[in-house]
Formats: sequence, C-alpha cells, structure tokens
Amino acid sequence: MNATKTMRLRRQTVSTVVILLLPALVVYTLFVVYPVLQAMVYSLYRWNGFGALTDFRGLQNFVRLFGDAVFLKALRNSFIIMVFSLLVQLPMAMVLALIVHKSDFRLAVLFRTVFFLPFVMSEIITGVLWQFIYHPRYGLINYVIHIFRPEAEPLALLADPDTVLWAILVVILWKYFGLHMTIYIAGLQGISEELYDAARIDGASDFQVITRIVLPLIIPTIMISVFFSIIGSLQVFDIIWAMGRGGPVNSSETMVTYMYKFGLERYSIGYGSAVAVTIFLICLSFSVVYQRFLVRAAT
Amino acid sequence: MVIKKTHRRQVLVFKYSLSLLVALLVLIPLYVAVLGGFKSMGQLMSNPFGISFPLLPDQYIDLLSGRVGFFWSALFNSVWISVLTVGIGIVICAAAAFALSRINFYLNGQVLTYFLLGLLFPIAVAMLPLFLQIRDLGLMNTYLGVALPQAAFQIPIQVLLMYAFFRAIPQDLEDACSIDGHGHIGFFLYMVLPLSTPILATTGVITLVASWNNFFLPLLVFNDRNKYTLPLGVMDFMGQHMTRWNLVLGYVTLALIPAVVFFIYAQKYIVAGLTGGAVKG
Repeated sequence: MNATKTMRLRRQTVSTVVILLLPALVVYTLFVVYPVLQAMVYSLYRWNGFGALTDFRGLQNFVRLFGDAVFLKALRNSFIIMVFSLLVQLPMAMVLALIVHKSDFRLAVLFRTVFFLPFVMSEIITGVLWQFIYHPRYGLINYVIHIFRPEAEPLALLADPDTVLWAILVVILWKYFGLHMTIYIAGLQGISEELYDAARIDGASDFQVITRIVLPLIIPTIMISVFFSIIGSLQVFDIIWAMGRGGPVNSSETMVTYMYKFGLERYSIGYGSAVAVTIFLICLSFSVVYQRFLVRAAT
Repeated sequence: MVIKKTHRRQVLVFKYSLSLLVALLVLIPLYVAVLGGFKSMGQLMSNPFGISFPLLPDQYIDLLSGRVGFFWSALFNSVWISVLTVGIGIVICAAAAFALSRINFYLNGQVLTYFLLGLLFPIAVAMLPLFLQIRDLGLMNTYLGVALPQAAFQIPIQVLLMYAFFRAIPQDLEDACSIDGHGHIGFFLYMVLPLSTPILATTGVITLVASWNNFFLPLLVFNDRNKYTLPLGVMDFMGQHMTRWNLVLGYVTLALIPAVVFFIYAQKYIVAGLTGGAVKG
C-alpha cells in the first residue's frame, strides 16, 4: 500500500468519525453543556433575560439566596424528602423486593408489575389524582375518616402548612417505591441459588440468610438506588407543582419550584441561576462523596 | 418438622397479606379515578369509593368528542413529541456510540468522557438558560423545541448503554464485513444495527417514557394550548374545571390509558433500561 492510499484511507476514516459524531456532539453541547455553563455565568449577574449582561454582582445572588427564609425552607424540604426516601422508601422497597423476587412465590410476577406501575405514570397526572384523594369534600381519605368518625371535621391536608409536605411524601413513596424495588430485584436475581441452599444446610434461619448473605451481596445495587434516590429528591418539581405549586404559603416549596418561581415567573434569570448552581453543587458534592467513600467502602 | 411447616405457612401468609395490602394501596387511587369519571358530582360526593348506578358515561363522551378540553390534540402532541425525541435520540446516539466503540481515532476517550459528564447534570440546572436558548433559536411553541433538548438530555445514558453493547460485538464480524468490501458505515448499517435491536429497543423505550411524562420542558416551551402535551393538558384542565372533579378524573383516566397499555407491553424493556446500569455497576 503506498503512502497516498494510506493517507486517503485515513482521511476517509476521519470524515466518517466526524459525520457520525457531529450530530450528537452539537445537540448535546447546545442543549446540555452550554446551558449549564451559562447558568454558572448568569448566577453572577443581575439580569432579566433581555439585553446585554452588564450588571455584574459577584456572589451577591448567593448571599441573598442563603439569607432568604423561603429558600431555606425549600432547602429544608428537599432534604426532608431525601431523608424520608432513604429511611422509609428504600427499606420498604427492599422488604417487598425480598418478598416478590423469586418466581416460586405465586403471583410474584403480577405483584411486581402492579408495584412498578406508578413509576411509569406521569408525575403530573399522579399529583392531580392525589389532589382528588386528599380533597376535603370529595376525597377518599375524608370519606374513610367519615365512616369511622362521622363527627370529625374534614381534613384539608394539602391546604394546611403543617401537613402538606407529609401528604406529598406519601405520594412520592407511592410513585417511586416500585422503581427501587425493581432495581433490588435485579440485584437479588444475580445471587446464585446454591448460596441459599448452602446456608440452609448450615442451619441458617431465613433472617440470617437475609442479613448475613443477601444484603451484603447486593450492597452495590443498594448504593445505586441510594444514589438515584438522593439525586432525585433534590430535583423534585412536577409532583409538588401538581399538588399546589409549593403552597400554601411556600410550605411545600422545593429548590426547583423556588427556582422556577424566581427565574421564570419573575424573570430574575440571574437569581434563578444562582439557585440552579446551588442545586448542581449539592448534587455534585453528593456524587463526589458517593464515588470517593461509599463505592470504595462497598467494594 | 411440624413446627417448620407451620413456620413456613406463617411466612407465606405474611408475604401474601403484605403484598396484597400494598397492591391495593397502589390500585385503589387508579380504580377511584376510572370510576370517578363515570359519576355525577352528587354521586362522587356521597360515594367516592363504590360503584354507583347508573354509570354515567357523559364525562368520557364530553372529553372524547372534544366538547370539553383538548384531549385528542394533547394526545397527538404527546405522541408526536415522543416519536421525534426517540427518533432523533436513537439516530444520533447510535452513530456516536458506534464511532466511539468501533473506530480508533485520536480523542476517542476524551469524547466519551465528555458525553458521560452529562450524567452529572440534573436537567433542572440547565432549565433557565435552556429556556432563553430555545427562545433565541426561535423554537418557542414548536415540537422541536421540546424534542431536541429532551433527546439531548438522554444522550449520556444512551451513548453509555449503546457503547457497551456495540463494543461487545466480535471483531470477526467486522473482518468478515470488510472482506465483503464494506467500510465502517457498511458494517454499522448491515451488521451492528440489526444485531443491536435489544439495546435500541431498551434505550428507545426509556426515552419514550421520559418524553411522555415530561412536564417541565413543555411548560417552558408551549404557551399555545393547541400544543399542550398530556401532562400540561391535565394540569391546565384541572385549573379550568376545578369544581368538576368527575370530569378531571375522566381526563386523568383517559390520559393514563396509553401509558398503562404501553407499560404492560414494554415492561421488559423499561426494567432492562433502568437496571442495565444498576446490575453491572
């Protein structure tokens, strides 16, 4: 093969690579990477999204953000959602996964499908449906309460600042436990049947099999679901929006609803971007901690 | 032995009752929505839970005939945007993943890392600049204004899954292909793509579900009711008909039917898409 032919072949390969890569690179850069970088720049300005960026404010947006009681409330709510997911949702998902992961339990496949169903429903439709369930006049909850205590005043769970977040947490649990259960099932199905048999022969009880063999073996899977759960909790928006837009009086605000209200409804792009960057940094620090410590500890 | 047997039975009873309880808690809200659509407001108030006769199909008829709300146009918009998102996503991601996994070139690793970086960016972070971007590109109130960013945010996970799959295709097949006179593109079109239907179906299905349920992006891009997708449509409809919950429940039911049917049909791929990374990771 002479030199010019090799050159031509190489040039051909290069143009093939460019043609194949370019569309994805352009779309990804334009709609993912560039906006994230822009958010970082905007967060340093006071800007309404029109005209030139001129009003540089340094870190003032962040200072204002962390001095705002509503944002701190939103931050707190996001963390409550996270802690609730980790302490209530994941253990519940694990218990159910342990029950239905083997197909020798009759109806297991049916139960799996039912449990996973809410996950594929839209968050908005879920939220609207649950608004009805919680409705003080027509809702199911009050109907049930009325059967047992006819004299009780109807509860307006979504209209009371003290109960609204808890009512939404129930919906989040309802919507997402099936996702985590499904992830655990995938992990559990990777454990060989022989291990169970060996443990039984050694006289291990069901409880010992679970705590000494099963759980240690699927720690990597658990770590994945913990990670999904943390990152997902920090980004909750749709369900909150469908169930009262962060109200009443900001009591169910999360970081993302706060960002939407300031950034888009009031056109404070700079301030809203500071919220976005804060969300990003919190997610990033969780990712780093996760990579550094948890994954290493688990493997 | 006798003790062991009763113990087994107790465990089984516990398993069944817990599963049944949770299944009921999952299904009751859905059951209430379907039935609620068949009730008058009076029936709904006196008996939200049971079946009340006569069943009144009026709500469903009003919604399906288009007398109330925009059900059909919202359905069409949701379908069309999903098709666009999945189509764009699969074409550009398969091409990129093929180049990264099967052609050796300078910067191979860096480009892959660049794509995977996106796994760290929550879509919410990009939302405000994205909105300005869509506005400045003249994509407000267009289907592409939703489909392109949706496809873009699926790129990292799709490229990752396809990359792993394409890499596992044996080199022998590529050699055979080149003996037949095909270059990279021929190998890609005639060999890799036909072999990759499982992974293409998996990534397509998870993209479809994400697009179907997306609310944030359509909320930013559309202010024209005729362009609303189902989640936007349900939200808007609830705002318009706050006092007519039977109608709202009817709308909710109609909006859920395509998703539930699709879910039953494609469950295998949805689960594979969600756990593919999890099992290996």
